[in-house]
Amino acid sequence: MTPHMTPSAVAAGSNIDGTARMKWTRKHLLSIEELSVDEINFILDTALSFKEVSTRSVKKVPALRGKVVVNAFFEDSTRTRMSFALAAQRLSADVLEFTEKGSSVSKGETLIDTARNIEAMGIDVMVVRHAAAGAAELLARTCKCSIINAGDGAHEHPTQGLLDAYTIRERFGKVEGLKVAIVGDIVNSRVARSNLWAMKKLGAEVILVGPSTLVGKAFESLGATVVHDFDSIIGEVDVINMLRVQNERIKSSQFPTVREFTRMYGLTWDRFQRCKKDVFIMHPGPMNRGIEIQSDIADGPQSGILQQVANGLAVRMAVLFLVTQVSGEETRRREDAK
Amino acid sequence: MKTVYDETETNRAIEGIVDRIAGEFPSAEPINIVGIRTRGETLADRIAAKLAGRGYGQIGRGILDITLYRDDLSEIGPGPLVRPTQMNIVVDGVPMVLVDDVLFTGRTVRAALNALADFGRPRIIRLAVLADRGGRELPIHADYVGADLGQLPAHEKVCVKFTENDGVDGMTVEPRHSL
Repeated sequence: MTPHMTPSAVAAGSNIDGTARMKWTRKHLLSIEELSVDEINFILDTALSFKEVSTRSVKKVPALRGKVVVNAFFEDSTRTRMSFALAAQRLSADVLEFTEKGSSVSKGETLIDTARNIEAMGIDVMVVRHAAAGAAELLARTCKCSIINAGDGAHEHPTQGLLDAYTIRERFGKVEGLKVAIVGDIVNSRVARSNLWAMKKLGAEVILVGPSTLVGKAFESLGATVVHDFDSIIGEVDVINMLRVQNERIKSSQFPTVREFTRMYGLTWDRFQRCKKDVFIMHPGPMNRGIEIQSDIADGPQSGILQQVANGLAVRMAVLFLVTQVSGEETRRREDAK
Repeated sequence: MKTVYDETETNRAIEGIVDRIAGEFPSAEPINIVGIRTRGETLADRIAAKLAGRGYGQIGRGILDITLYRDDLSEIGPGPLVRPTQMNIVVDGVPMVLVDDVLFTGRTVRAALNALADFGRPRIIRLAVLADRGGRELPIHADYVGADLGQLPAHEKVCVKFTENDGVDGMTVEPRHSL
């Protein structure tokens, strides 16, 4: 028997009526700070459609056939890099991988020269990760191709903020009105900044939690509440986003000892017991099990960590698709002007 | 703007499509009715409801968004929202009626056929359209046509309205705003 279905059923939380009338006009995705609420919702609604593609037996659509996407990673990455590569492949784009190690960067080539030389091979999108804040924006001003920021220093990691918003919306049906705690090393975290912008714009209340050396009161000017005592808010939040303890910074004077950090700011079983019953636990990865998050919580039913990864693919497909539609139009306009 | 088909005529045209489908496929066997977003989706709803009223008990429903399969993607520039395709149906071996509101160049249908190939292999695919306005650019034709409008000039556009989307049923021919 052929299964029946409701044709008008759309996944919970979509805001399709609100965003259906707008058109996407950005050629680059550099930060969430620069996006309007409608633009964020437009990406999330588009991602909803791309998530369906991953459920098919043939997980591929021809939308970016003939386009070339370069993964230009000047910093290490597993998840983001693979996620962008797979997203591009599912859209039928060709994917080139660039790694700083073993490239001409080690011979002293500058970022701009490297990027322009890659671009000269005829590429359409460059996905950039770099240790310097503003690197993606710099390339957007210099290159003709679309630039997607995949993390620039401690500034932003916009697709992470978008996929976290998508995952929360999928879980609760909305983001507005939720209380979201972001916990850990806020000051050094681009994930925290992109999340803060995304959550604030979508109407959530954001509480930043960490030692005063890692989250200063200055963050309150961005519209968040800053708290140094995790236990004081543990029972009232709907979402807890545990940031990674960045090992490379652990020895700095900003950081308490690992054991002290876990005791004060780790998501331990004891803390988890005092959370709301339907609390949603998130982590951008890679996790330090037993340090910022206890293993069985990360693997438990309240954890959205693997959904975050799955949704990241859909969000990156949406972003790749949207920015390439705009570059196509600009190319046409340029050609019309000739 | 001229009204080509009023409410009664539009419904008669839909009824005609349903007659033709019922003449070809027995009600005791499964059949898939798949609409192309967005007006084709509404027309598919109507057709499926009428078939159900005639005793069809195994109607599979699907919706195709063909944006990602268009051959003119880079020409249309920033587009409207891509909406989800919904094809949670058994496609293999089951006859399928693909439904759209207006048949013009045939490029939408071509894109829909490409999309369908990723979901499986229907036993047969028939094309149902409310209006055929001529102007084909591809070797594609409809099997069930509600209204044959002949060859309309390229600067004219057929607008199909449904109560569900527009508050009224009907069809009009209007000047095209831009080519």
